[in-house]
Amino acid sequence: MVDTKLLTTPVSQLRQLLQERDISSVELTQAYLNQIDAVNGALNAVITICREQALEEARVADAQLAKGQAKPLTGIPILHKDIFCTHGVRTTCGSRMLDQFIPAYDATVVSKLKAEGVVVLGKCNMDEFAMGSSNETSYFGSVKNPWNLDCVPGGSSGGSAAALAAGMAPLVTGTDTGGSIRQPASLCGITGLKPTYGRVSRLGIIAFASSLDQAGPMARTAEDCALALTVMAGVDAGDSTSADMPVPDFHAALNTDIEGLRIGLPREYFNDDLDDAVRNRVMTGLGELEKAGATLVDIDLPHSHYAIATYYVIAPAEASANLARYDGVRFGHRCDKPKDLVDLYLRSRSEGFGEEVQRRILVGTYALSAGFYDAYFNKAQQVRRIIAQDFHRAFEDVDVIAGPSAPGVAFPFGAKQQDPVAMYMEDIYTLAVNLAGLPGLSTPAGLIDGMPVGLQLIGKPFDEQTILNMAHRLQLDTDWHMAHPNLEISAS
Amino acid sequence: MNWEMVMGLEVHLQLATQSKIFSGSSTQFGGAPNEQADAVDLGMPGMLPVLNEEAVRFAVRFGLGIGARIGERSVFDRKNYFYPDLPKGYQVSQFFAPIVCEGLFEVPLEDGSFFPVRITRAHLEEDAGKSVHDIFSQETGIDLNRAGTPLLEIVTEPDFRTAEQAVSYLKALHSLVTYLGISDGNMAEGSMRCDINISLREKGSEGLGTRSEIKNVNSFRFVERAIHSEYARQADLLESGQTITQETRLYDAEQNTTRSMRSKEVANDYRYFPEPDLLPIVLDKEYIEAVRASLPELPEAKRARFANEFALSKYDAALLVPNHAMADYFESVVKSCGSPKLAANWILGDLSGALNRHEMTIQNSPISANRLGGLIARIEDGTLSSKLAKQVFDALWDQEGDADQIIAARSLKQVSDSGALETMVEDVISQNPDQVAQYLAADEVKRKKLSGFFVGQIMKASKGQANPKILNELLLRKLTDQS
Repeated sequence: MVDTKLLTTPVSQLRQLLQERDISSVELTQAYLNQIDAVNGALNAVITICREQALEEARVADAQLAKGQAKPLTGIPILHKDIFCTHGVRTTCGSRMLDQFIPAYDATVVSKLKAEGVVVLGKCNMDEFAMGSSNETSYFGSVKNPWNLDCVPGGSSGGSAAALAAGMAPLVTGTDTGGSIRQPASLCGITGLKPTYGRVSRLGIIAFASSLDQAGPMARTAEDCALALTVMAGVDAGDSTSADMPVPDFHAALNTDIEGLRIGLPREYFNDDLDDAVRNRVMTGLGELEKAGATLVDIDLPHSHYAIATYYVIAPAEASANLARYDGVRFGHRCDKPKDLVDLYLRSRSEGFGEEVQRRILVGTYALSAGFYDAYFNKAQQVRRIIAQDFHRAFEDVDVIAGPSAPGVAFPFGAKQQDPVAMYMEDIYTLAVNLAGLPGLSTPAGLIDGMPVGLQLIGKPFDEQTILNMAHRLQLDTDWHMAHPNLEISAS
Repeated sequence: MNWEMVMGLEVHLQLATQSKIFSGSSTQFGGAPNEQADAVDLGMPGMLPVLNEEAVRFAVRFGLGIGARIGERSVFDRKNYFYPDLPKGYQVSQFFAPIVCEGLFEVPLEDGSFFPVRITRAHLEEDAGKSVHDIFSQETGIDLNRAGTPLLEIVTEPDFRTAEQAVSYLKALHSLVTYLGISDGNMAEGSMRCDINISLREKGSEGLGTRSEIKNVNSFRFVERAIHSEYARQADLLESGQTITQETRLYDAEQNTTRSMRSKEVANDYRYFPEPDLLPIVLDKEYIEAVRASLPELPEAKRARFANEFALSKYDAALLVPNHAMADYFESVVKSCGSPKLAANWILGDLSGALNRHEMTIQNSPISANRLGGLIARIEDGTLSSKLAKQVFDALWDQEGDADQIIAARSLKQVSDSGALETMVEDVISQNPDQVAQYLAADEVKRKKLSGFFVGQIMKASKGQANPKILNELLLRKLTDQS
C-alpha cells in the first residue's frame, strides 16, 4: 500500500522516487486518484477526473522511466485548472456556458507538460471564468478550504489550491489575472507563482482579461514551482504576447545565497489598514530572510491605492469583449427554442453566465461605451502605466518587493459575497503586480489561528529566479510550507 | 433648385494572401461551407490571433502605391458587436492608429486629365463570415470560410461630385491593386466592395447635407446607377421640403433603387479598444524602403512609358494600361513583332472583341502573345494582307498552330510576285473591255472608285492572296497603258 505521506511529498522528491524506481507512476497516480475519491466529495476541488486516461499516461511514463528516458517531470501527476483547454477532456471554465465543452486542442501549457510526461489526473474547480476571489462563483459549486471546510479556499484558482493542500495532486496549474494564483495559495498554505506577463503562453487558456492573464504553477515548495515553470515557460508562436526571452532552468539555477539582496517593503502595504496578525506573520517571514542576509528597506509605491479602481476598469473591459464569443451560436450553452436572434443571445447568455460574470461584462461594456471611454478605459490605461512606473522606479533600489499576499486568512462562505467591493479588496496586494506585468509569488508564512497566511515576493520583469531563490531559502530555513491541514475526511 | 452631390467612398479590399490575417486557414474562394475555418476563425475559447506578415506587406504596398504616409506604429483594435457570422463578437480592425495614413490618389479621367482624390486612411481588418438564408427553411446557416480573410478598408475624403468621378476612382483603384498584386479586385466575388456615402447640398454652399450610406455595391455599373438613383431620391425629398435620414441603404439592381437597411440615427457604439492579444505593428524605415523597392511599375508610370517608348496614342495607352495583364500581353507582343501600333490595334480590336464574345479574359486567351506577334510580323513583312491576317487570326483562335504553320497549311501566302500579278491584271482587263472604257472616260475622282471593280475581280481570282499594294500599282499602270 502507498504511504499517505506520499500525498504531501514535494515533486522534487517524488521524481527521485520515480527515477530510482522506488515507486511507479501508476502507483503514484492511483494514490492521488484514491485521495481525490476520498476527499473531493467534501472539498469539491475537482470538476472532472481523468481516471483511465491518467492511468494510461502513467503506464507510458513508467515505460519511459524504465528505459531511462525520463524528463524531470515524467510520471508526476498533475491537476489543471479548468481554464486550460485539454484535448478531448471537458473544459468548463467553471461556467454553465461551457459545461459541455470539449476542446479539440490542448493549451500550450498543457501540451508542454504532456510532452514532459506528466500524468493529468483531472481538472480543477475555479471561479466562473476566473472571476472571483473565493471560488463561490463556480457553476459547479464552491470549493471548500481543506484547512476549514466552512471557509473559502480563495480564488479564482481555489480548486487548484485546495486540491494541492488536500494531497489530491503534488502539482497543479493556475492562472492569475489579479491575484488568482497568489491569493488562494495564501489561503490554502501552498506556494504559488505568477510569472511575468508573457513568460508563459496564453494560447489555449480561456481568456478573462488578455493583458493581465498569466498562467503559473502551484505546488508545495518553491523548488517544485521552479521545476514546473521551467517546463511551462517559453515563447510561443501562437501567442503574439508571449515574450521571446531565454528560459533558464529555474530549478538548476536555484541559489540559496540571498546575502546582500535588498527587499523593498512598500509603506502603502504595511500601513494602518494591514491586519495586525497578518503583519506579524509577514514580518516574521521577512525577519527570516533578514537573518539569511537580506536587507529590508522601506519603499514607496505612491499610486498603489489606484490599483483596484484601475484593475476593475481594464479587466472587465477586456472581459466584456473576450466573453462576447459565448453567444449560443457555435458552441457553449444555447437556450431552449430561441424565438429569434435577440432571444437567442439574451437567454443563452443570461442562463449561461452567473451573476459575477454578468456584473463584470456590464461594468466593462459601460467603461468602453461612447462618452465614457476617455473617463474610464483610457484613464485606467494611463494610471496603469503610472502604477507600473512606481514599481520600475522602486526596483532601481531593491531586488525584490515584499508584502502580504492577501489581507487576511480564509473567510467563511458568504462573508463577502453580498459586497463585491469587499470581495475585490481581497486582491488589494496582488492586482498591481498584474497591472505592471511583474512576477509574484506567495509562500506560506505560518498560521493565524490555525489558518495559513502567505508572504508575497514580487520580482523584476522576467526575474522569477530571484523570488524563487528567496522563497526557496525561506523554505529551507522554516517549515511553514510543510504544514498540512488535518482533513477529518482523510483518505482511507 | 440646383443640387451638388458630395460623396466619399469606403472600399473593402480583400487582400490576396494565401492564408487568413490571423490564422493559417486558406483564403481560397468557394470552398464547401466552414471547411476553411479553423479554431481561431471559429473564435473557439482560448484561441489567439497571430498576424499574417503578408497582409502587412500588402497594406504597405498599397500605401506606398498611392504615396500615402505609412503609420510607423499602427495598432489593432476590437470593434464590438454581436452578429451570428462574427464569431468572436468583435472584429479585429484598426481604429485609432491605421497602417496607411493620409495620401493623395491621382485618378486618370477619360479625357486624359487627372482627378485628385484625398485618401483619409486605409486600415487592416478581418472579414466576417456569411449568413446563409436560402439553404435551410426555418434556420440561418453560418459559413465562416470568409471569416478572417484580410481586408484593407480604404477611406476617402468627400471629394467626389459626380458618379463618373466615383467610377473612375474605383477603376483606377482596381487597376492599382492588381498592379500591386495585393488583390484580384473582383467585385462580383466580393474581393472589392464599395460603400458610398452620399449627400446633397445647394450648389455653391459649403456645408454638408445629411448623408446616406449605400452598402456593398458590387459592380462599376451598379455604382454609377446607384449614385444616380440615390441622387434622384434625395433631390426629390429635399425639393418637396422633406429631410434626409442618416441611414444605411442597399442598392437593388433589379429595381434600380436604393432601400433602407437600418437607421443610423442611433449610432452604433462599437466600443473600440486596443486588441490586447496583438502587439502594435512597428515598421521601421528599412522595412518600408524594402517594400518600396519591390513595387512594380505602376499604371501612371507605364502609361507615360508606353507613350514615350512605343509612341502610343494617349487613347491606346489609356485602354491598354489599366488591365495589368493586358499591358503585359501588349509588351510581349511588341517584343515578338516590333510593331507597337499594330500590336495595340490587334489587341484592342480583334483580340478584345473575340475575348469579349467568348467571355474570356486576356489571361486565358487562346492566342498567346507570341503567336499574335508572329501574325503581326507576317503583316509587317508583306506576307499577309489585312484580309488574310483576319483569316489567320481566326485560325490562331482555333489553335491550329502558329501563324507560319497556318499560312503554309492553307497556302495563304500573299501573291507579291509581279509576274503572276501582271498576268492576272492583263486577264481582267482583256475580259472586261466595257469597264475599261468607262474607266478611261472618267475623271480622276471617278477612276479611283472604278478601279475597285478590277481589284475585286483580281482578289476573287487570287482567292484574296494578291498583295493589294503591288496590285494597285500594276493595275494603275496597265489601265493607263490602255489609253
